[in-house]
Amino acid sequence: MTAQQFNGYRQEDGRVGIRNHVVVLPLDDISNSAAEKVAHNTKGVQALSHAYGRLQFGEDLELFFRTLIGMGSNPNVAAVIVIGIEPGWTGKVVEGIAKTGKPVEGFSIEHNGEIQTVANASRKALDLVQWASERTREPFPISDLWVATKCGESDTTTGAGSCPTVGSASDKLEPLGATLCFGETSEITGAEDLCVARAKTPEVGEKFMRTWQAYMDEVIEPYKTSDLSDSQPTKGNIAGGLTTIEEKALGNLEKIGHDCRYIDVLEPAETPASGPGLYYMDTSSAAAECLTLQAAAGFVVHFFPTGQGNVCGNPIMPVIKLTANPQTAREMVEHVDYDCSGIFRREMDYSEAGDGLFDLMLRTCNGRLTRAEGLGHREFVLTKLYRSA
Amino acid sequence: MGEAGGRASGRVPDFVVHDKGDSVGVVVVEDVEAGAELSGWVLGTDETMTVRALEAVPLGHKVALVDLEAGKPPIKYGQEIGRMVAPVKRGGYVHVHNLKTARW
Repeated sequence: MTAQQFNGYRQEDGRVGIRNHVVVLPLDDISNSAAEKVAHNTKGVQALSHAYGRLQFGEDLELFFRTLIGMGSNPNVAAVIVIGIEPGWTGKVVEGIAKTGKPVEGFSIEHNGEIQTVANASRKALDLVQWASERTREPFPISDLWVATKCGESDTTTGAGSCPTVGSASDKLEPLGATLCFGETSEITGAEDLCVARAKTPEVGEKFMRTWQAYMDEVIEPYKTSDLSDSQPTKGNIAGGLTTIEEKALGNLEKIGHDCRYIDVLEPAETPASGPGLYYMDTSSAAAECLTLQAAAGFVVHFFPTGQGNVCGNPIMPVIKLTANPQTAREMVEHVDYDCSGIFRREMDYSEAGDGLFDLMLRTCNGRLTRAEGLGHREFVLTKLYRSA
Repeated sequence: MGEAGGRASGRVPDFVVHDKGDSVGVVVVEDVEAGAELSGWVLGTDETMTVRALEAVPLGHKVALVDLEAGKPPIKYGQEIGRMVAPVKRGGYVHVHNLKTARW
């Protein structure tokens, strides 16, 4: 194991990031065009385009604001431009992000037109990207690191190799005071009793079970047409040898290791507030949705075990892909950051594989680009709870 | 199949088993053909076993370690992972054609 610290960027509110992004955040779908023009005009700035933000209401609207404000507030983001069609909701997102103390400014299109808005926002973006370019990395302890995990395009090698490797790394990170997160509510099905048993207290376990049961009662039951055998496991899972949701869930749960106990259950995109440790988050099992919710909650780096080779990334949170499938490691080489197929050749045990992943995580935190970053994978997908008004 | 060598004890496995009591193992090498004598390894232990493959089993797919009866749950990770809908002999290929979820 290498040094137990990493070089990151201190955010104004004390949180620590590992990237220095300047982002243009469109409030709504119809502001994507302006946001993308600003990102085109200003090098080193990226637009986080998305499909929603109009006529949402109730709990769905709360989740929408939590996700947008959370993305802007993530410590991997140095500064933010928000562009919306009108000033009201634009201002709400700006105010939310401003609580971190980082530079953020909003622009609205009505009464200005898109061309003038783009010109004004581009000048501001240029100032912000120059300012951000002078920020420097400093050493921080692991206790300042927030690490999330989720697996994708799983197969049987995931549960036998790459997920236990993440589990080993998690068991090493948790005693050092890191903040950790796992989720994927539908995909715990078949292992929900084991998951309850991994809660720190009975109360937290009951909270997990209420969350899982609500997902079954409010999402799966009302909307399923036959069963979920065509969706969960996915076609890719089945091609990789996974047969049932129970088998998939048991492999999935290997990601939290053997020693960690989760200390709270989070709403989608909710920021942990109970201190360091492992958290469960209520998320979809779809990769881009889950990663977006974890980034919006403030997680700065991600462990992504894959079997058949999911290629997902995130615009602001580096996603470290690992596989224990030797065929995937060979065929999907440009997507794989860490090959732990040596576990099956008895070249390494889980603890050694976990050490290797931990080391790669530190290098990633220090600035090494992930495969997904290098390939430009920037999937930003909002979770929508129901139809808009 | 797997070559002799690897670390510490024994040959590189053709399949791995999560838990000592499991009734299925996972093939971790490519090109397992019918009739092949497969070496298995119980993950995290020094325990090994052999099974003759009754049919071809792709990388990542499951091989039965005991005779599995229809209607009964196969065991993996020490847990039930569904319900057999057709019987499979030891060494047979276990997947969606003979195993279904017990959940949805």
